[in-house]
Amino acid sequence: MNFLFAPFTDNEFLRLSLVATCIVAVTCAIAGAFVVLRGLAFVGDALAHGVVPGVAVAMLAGFSGVLGAAVGAAVMMGGVGLVNRRYRLSSDTSIGLLFVGMLALGVIIQSRSSTFAGDLTKVLFGEVLGVAWSDIAWQTVAFGVVAGTAWVCRRPFLLLSFDEGLAETSGFPVRRYANIMLAMVAVTVVASFQTVGTLLVLGMLVAPAATGALFGRRISTVIAIAAVVGVASSYVGLLVSYHADLAAGASIVLVAVVVFALCATSVELRRWWEHRQDIHHHHDHPHFHEHVHH
Amino acid sequence: MSTTDPQPVISAAGLAVGYGHRPVVDGLGFALYPGQLLVLIGTNGSGKSTLLKTLAGLLDPQGGEVSVLGERPGTQPSRVAYLPQHPVSSHTLPLRVEDVVTMGRFARHGLFGRLGAEDRSAVGDAMRRTGASDYAHRPLRDLSGGQQQRAHLAQVLSRQADVLLLDEPTAGLDVAGRRLVADLVQEERSRGVTVVMATHELSDADNADAAILLAQRVVAQGVPSEVLTDASLREVFGFTQPH
Repeated sequence: MNFLFAPFTDNEFLRLSLVATCIVAVTCAIAGAFVVLRGLAFVGDALAHGVVPGVAVAMLAGFSGVLGAAVGAAVMMGGVGLVNRRYRLSSDTSIGLLFVGMLALGVIIQSRSSTFAGDLTKVLFGEVLGVAWSDIAWQTVAFGVVAGTAWVCRRPFLLLSFDEGLAETSGFPVRRYANIMLAMVAVTVVASFQTVGTLLVLGMLVAPAATGALFGRRISTVIAIAAVVGVASSYVGLLVSYHADLAAGASIVLVAVVVFALCATSVELRRWWEHRQDIHHHHDHPHFHEHVHH
Repeated sequence: MSTTDPQPVISAAGLAVGYGHRPVVDGLGFALYPGQLLVLIGTNGSGKSTLLKTLAGLLDPQGGEVSVLGERPGTQPSRVAYLPQHPVSSHTLPLRVEDVVTMGRFARHGLFGRLGAEDRSAVGDAMRRTGASDYAHRPLRDLSGGQQQRAHLAQVLSRQADVLLLDEPTAGLDVAGRRLVADLVQEERSRGVTVVMATHELSDADNADAAILLAQRVVAQGVPSEVLTDASLREVFGFTQPH
């Protein structure tokens, strides 16, 4: 059993990583539940890549990467809204345009750096093993903001996930609350990219929440299951990466996706088994079914 | 369409409705009083849903005048309930029917108001009346189209509104379901609720106070027997009703 705990008791950097990824997992569970229910995965991905140029400028200019990421996310959100309204393009086209544009801009800015490859890798894949207490403090603040926003706006967010017309006619303006939801996802991305990176943060947003949506019947249950899956994936992913010498951020996200795949398969198997039982029951009791149908 | 009541619940004069700057229908004029039913009939794309969305406040009027409960549409969310055509999310939403119906009460409480015994009673009553109480604890996505539509109807009824705007409420329902909708509409009208309903069922106009036949223009409007004539039906649909 020692191999399960020793890496964390023996290494302070790994303990810090575990704390950071657990905070990120719970934050992503809250935002991710609404991303999955409202179908915002592509926007989430775009926001994650939208932060890249902001972080690149911050690195070159020597100020906070979190601040740069926040500016990048704000530009991305504003840009998507503008292209949607002005040019009447479908939202996936406008999101896709800004997504690749911002990523390309980020890589170009980063290429001015003397340590281009190393810095870009940090941004895209995170630096989970280099977490400091100051990062954890930021992530805790972000968790508070996301949890508070989700609690206050739980009714309009639920209505938006069901039907925009219902939200609007219930007195919750769609544009206002859709923007607040996007801002909540942006805060989550900005708080998470340092640990799992901008390429993989979508995995933490979507995979645990999708697992939650397989089993949860209320938004609170979806979030709770997503949080448990996210925290467990963080622990198992860090452990696997430590013992097998694998990339930590990618290991965490891969575990979360594998958990979803296993859960989805178990749901399918259960459905198949129930269907099979129904057929057997029908063969054994044909008269009963005849009676029911009549 | 007039009674002795001087204040119509819904009134429109020279109303033009549409998307963006493109009108779909114009020249709409009517006045509805408490307990009255207006039925909108027409082909797909004729403007039925566009008019309902305008009355719900989801689309701005393109011209003319319109008021709902004496004010601009969309300004009294707790008194007007709108049933959209089948929401796409119904196929993916993991939430239980009871919770989906409870969403109908959010308009009365805003962000922070607490849901209480009165709300639970309204939700339970709406689910019982529509038959949705039989699957109250099942996820919406696991239900058939007809069962989902009953849940959506329960959500609208739970709002206990003064105005119901129903966009094809019988879509996906079997004969019993269509009968249920007709009975529910009658029950709501008997307690003074004003109903505007878009439908493809000509029989829905049987008990209506007024009907509007649309084909991207107003083909006919007024008392149903004068609107749904052989000539007007042939003009819009290419066939007439069996007599």
